[in-house]
Amino acid sequence: MANFSIATVFIASISLLLALTHSFSIENPTDRRILVLVDDLALKSSHSIFFSSLQARGFELDFKLSDDPKIALQRYGQHLYDGLILFSPTTERFGGSLDVAAILDFVDSGKDLIVAADANASDLIRNIAAECGIDFDEDQSAVVIDHGSYAVSETEGDHTLIAADDLIQSDVLLGSTKIEAPVLFKGIGHSLNPANSLVVKVLSASPSAYSANPKSKLSTPPSLSGSSISLVSVVQARNNARVVFSGSLDLFSNKFFKSPVQKAGSSNKHAKSGNEQFVTEISKWVFHERGHLKAVNVRHHRVGETEEPTIYRINDDLEYLVEIYEWSGSSWEPYVANDVQIQFYMMSPYVLKTMSTDKKGQYVVSFKVPDVYGVFQFKVEYQRLGYTSLSLAKQIPVRPFRHNEYERFIPTAFPYYGASFSTMAGFLIFSFVYLYSK
Amino acid sequence: MAVPVDAIIKQSPPSSSLRFAFGNVLAFFILLLIGVLAFSIRLFSVIKYESVIHEFDPYFNYRVTQFLTKNGIYDFWNWFDDRTWYPLGRVIGGTVYPGLTLTAGTIWKVLQSLNIPLSVETVCVFTAPVFSAFAAWATYLLTKEVKGTGAGLTAAVLLAMVPSYISRSVAGSYDNEAVAIFALIFTFYLYIKTLNTGSLFYATLNSISYFYMVCSWGGYTFIINLIPMHALLCIVTGRYSSRLYIAYAPLVVLGTLLAALVPVVGFNAVMTSEHFASFLVFIVIHVVALAYYIKGILSPKMFKVAATLVISVGLVVGVGVVAVLVAVVASSPTKGWSGRSLSLLDPTYASKYIPIIASVSEHQPPTWPSYFMDINVLAFLVPAGIIACFSPLSDASSFVILYLVMSVYFSGVMVRLMLVLAPAACIMSGIALSEAFDVCTRSIKYYITSLSESLQTDAGDIVPGNNITSPQNDVIKPDKKEELLKERPSRKNKKKEKESIEKPSVKSKMTKRPLVLPVEASIFALFLIVLLGAFYVVHSVWAAAEAYSAPSIVLTSHSHDGLHVFDDFREAYAWLSHNTEVDDKVASWWDYGYQTTAMANRTVIVDNNTWNNTHIATVGTAMSSPEKDAWQIFNSLDVKYVLVVFGGLVGYPSDDINKFLWMVRIGGGVFPHIKEPDYLRDGQYRIDSQATPTMLNSLMYKLSYFRFVETDGGKGYDRVRRTEIGKKYFKLTHFEEVFTTHHWMVRIYKLKPQKNRIRGKTKKLKSKTSSTTPRSGSLKKNPWH
Repeated sequence: MANFSIATVFIASISLLLALTHSFSIENPTDRRILVLVDDLALKSSHSIFFSSLQARGFELDFKLSDDPKIALQRYGQHLYDGLILFSPTTERFGGSLDVAAILDFVDSGKDLIVAADANASDLIRNIAAECGIDFDEDQSAVVIDHGSYAVSETEGDHTLIAADDLIQSDVLLGSTKIEAPVLFKGIGHSLNPANSLVVKVLSASPSAYSANPKSKLSTPPSLSGSSISLVSVVQARNNARVVFSGSLDLFSNKFFKSPVQKAGSSNKHAKSGNEQFVTEISKWVFHERGHLKAVNVRHHRVGETEEPTIYRINDDLEYLVEIYEWSGSSWEPYVANDVQIQFYMMSPYVLKTMSTDKKGQYVVSFKVPDVYGVFQFKVEYQRLGYTSLSLAKQIPVRPFRHNEYERFIPTAFPYYGASFSTMAGFLIFSFVYLYSK
Repeated sequence: MAVPVDAIIKQSPPSSSLRFAFGNVLAFFILLLIGVLAFSIRLFSVIKYESVIHEFDPYFNYRVTQFLTKNGIYDFWNWFDDRTWYPLGRVIGGTVYPGLTLTAGTIWKVLQSLNIPLSVETVCVFTAPVFSAFAAWATYLLTKEVKGTGAGLTAAVLLAMVPSYISRSVAGSYDNEAVAIFALIFTFYLYIKTLNTGSLFYATLNSISYFYMVCSWGGYTFIINLIPMHALLCIVTGRYSSRLYIAYAPLVVLGTLLAALVPVVGFNAVMTSEHFASFLVFIVIHVVALAYYIKGILSPKMFKVAATLVISVGLVVGVGVVAVLVAVVASSPTKGWSGRSLSLLDPTYASKYIPIIASVSEHQPPTWPSYFMDINVLAFLVPAGIIACFSPLSDASSFVILYLVMSVYFSGVMVRLMLVLAPAACIMSGIALSEAFDVCTRSIKYYITSLSESLQTDAGDIVPGNNITSPQNDVIKPDKKEELLKERPSRKNKKKEKESIEKPSVKSKMTKRPLVLPVEASIFALFLIVLLGAFYVVHSVWAAAEAYSAPSIVLTSHSHDGLHVFDDFREAYAWLSHNTEVDDKVASWWDYGYQTTAMANRTVIVDNNTWNNTHIATVGTAMSSPEKDAWQIFNSLDVKYVLVVFGGLVGYPSDDINKFLWMVRIGGGVFPHIKEPDYLRDGQYRIDSQATPTMLNSLMYKLSYFRFVETDGGKGYDRVRRTEIGKKYFKLTHFEEVFTTHHWMVRIYKLKPQKNRIRGKTKKLKSKTSSTTPRSGSLKKNPWH
């Protein structure tokens, strides 16, 4: 009884704690507390639409100047924030204890980050980007110029304001509603290493874009050009921390949100740019309101049984079940897909099957254990663009037949049985005759 | 041919029956003392160290025994072990010789049922000493069958403390050989006993004893080849008798049937070349038996006709059978021989083709000093024993000679098989010593009796007062037997006598009647023999106490400031068992596999049961590869920890750096991108500044010498290789050191997880941002911490 009451108190206190903090957790993966670092507090008003949309979605924003000496991401080993927005492209060093390592540590502990660079981005921002696999143009003064698909405007003539519409086709990253209007962009471009599987180009420049200093003449070919220039990219680290890198801070600004846009060479004039929709959707993704999967209730048993055995025998028929849910921002919804596969794996997959789903989150597959013994694993490696990666591995040994599980008599061996028994009988008769014949 | 000993005793005059009874009681007590000696001489390891399982293989046997006592025999039979050879696993029940385990398990169970609460470990530790006492008694029985009680007792004493056997049977050395040597000698005894008596009862016992041997050790093939060889020898030398048939035929039939019952042998008992000799001789002995039978019922003339007919037909059939046999054997890739057996026949086979066999030190050919170390003075006594066995040559003594010759050959191939030589050498030396004692004491006795006769004094007072009398009783018996035995081959002797008539009269005396030496010479000879024996005892006790009682998991060293104990292995295994997850996989070279599973209870990739060469080669390749490749190999095997043994700090020579070339060779045998010359500078294996870059970048070098330079202030002096290491300062990028034992003998590393992020190509910008610079180095560290 005493134990029980202690346990209940313990559980109650933990749930109380959870209720109090409301923070990022496995059960509730959406971020709550976000630190916004700005160069200039004026940004708070010039980008207010973006910030208020976040606040409307329930986030607590904490604005600080980037050189505020009191900045700290964690105290006593506890992270104070679940997300970080770096709207301070020109900061050379942060105040307080914050530096590149602290920010990367923040990401490596599973927290999310939005970084907006701009023309003349500081080395600090470039370093953070490089550590995440984003290579901003090394020429400090270069910006993205596009004489092909610039945004038609009365004031600017150097074609650095780009109307980009080369968006990645992904519902999970950018929402299910198509972004009709081009996204206005003014800033620097970056490139990605194609071998890097963790970074994804979300908004690319058009084939006619290049990255150079608009004020000087081009003496050498630009290092970045064409659609290999990425304007906005996202990173999902191996621990599912999410990061957005944008080469333009203005992308998030009220001015761009509201401005009408007309792409050069196109007569289609949009009353409002696609920026607001784009930024809202990408922020939903980065703060885990979308595309966050969890796999629970992994079970396996022999067909016809319910208990989970500690070991299988070769040629057993087994059933494997797993439930997969997606976080919708407020609750866990069943995840429905037809491409979740299971591997029965021992150095290489012996069984590879697609699992079937009941559309309520449960995935089921049944198969026969191969005729090989060893220590196998049930492996579900589910990595899809934009979704958090699921990798389940459950070790299970497979044993050969026991000594009494073989068949006692084999039909093909009947001649041999006959031979041995007839020999025995013959020997008996022979001995009898030999010994007692005279 | 040889008259049974019992028969001789019965024939002896009734007046001396009391004396024989006294002799038997004495022999019984001597045997008891021999048993105590055999047991107690093996307890040095327990007294000097502790009651602990030794070395590597015993740990596996111990673990299996634990499983057996906990789960019962059926679960043991069907045990699929998922903690070794990850991810392949190992079917223990079907791949292990169960004799030792079942023996110790039975002993434990019996003790439990008698309410003697010994732990399984204690039983395992003391199994070997107990069985060496049994082996000594079996030696007594065997030698008694050959040359009588005196030789038997001497041989038993010698075997009880022969260093070669002690090395494998000290308390804690819980290995197959511990019980197998007893089974081997006992099987030979029963064979000789059957041969001498022609009793089917003993023949059946012989098969059962052979079955126990098959259960216990792979060395049973020695028996199943030696006994057919002896049977063939007897047939060829015209010594065929029905006793030979009874001794041989039931053994082959019953023995093979029983052997096939042992899961690890199974159909090998009829399918592999190691067993073919017995079947061939089985056919031959039947043909010979038939020939003798026909010879008995036909007249000599008719027999001659029949013989020529049968031989001509038989020749044709025989050629056909041999051709089929050869074709069958040749169709298998290794010609039906397993690698270990092939390396027995061709000593260079293993080192040429199978590095995994050659890499084991006990599979190397022995050096001459190791003969002196392991059998000591017996090596000089053996030839005398052979001569004694030739006069007269009986079935039994010819068997012992054959046993000796074969075991000498095999011991020359593999150090390990010195163990098979030891009983043969003991038997031979026992015979030699006994004969020598016999001759000398007889001479003295002859002198005394002749003296007393001449002086007409009361001889009775002198003889009982003499200390030598008591052994005389034992010695006299074979003496008489010999006289009886000698009557049989007297024809040959007579021929010899005729030839040696011209030779000095002393020699003719020798052959004619019991040899009598001058009393001074015999007293001197006795003194020398006792001295020789004393030397042997001193050496054996020294070997038991100093050379062979170290458990190898605890090391000690004496230095000027006292005794140092190195308990690093158990420290490391304890660390593993307390600080890692139950399902974590630990990679190490295969030597430490059994210990890791038994002591740390962690899954290992490879272990001392080297059944899968590819798997071992994978680990060898990983150890020989640069860090990144090694990480990938280990990660693909789900390895969490890597364990290396390093002796450079304390001068422990059998560490992984010294074994490293074998890893390269074994790895390169399967994965050809690992090439041995890349690790050698001008054919020399070195780790100093002259070492090749491949060597210095290999994982083994890095894991062994990581931070080593910190121990002696920047020199990095390796005390095993006696040189400064080549690369002193380096960092590990894919591994992190998690534990190093007190004397640095075991170092455990953890595989770092994959990086959380992948860096871009942009070089680090260090310019204006001063605050980032000091921390930038730490970015390379494990991102998870």
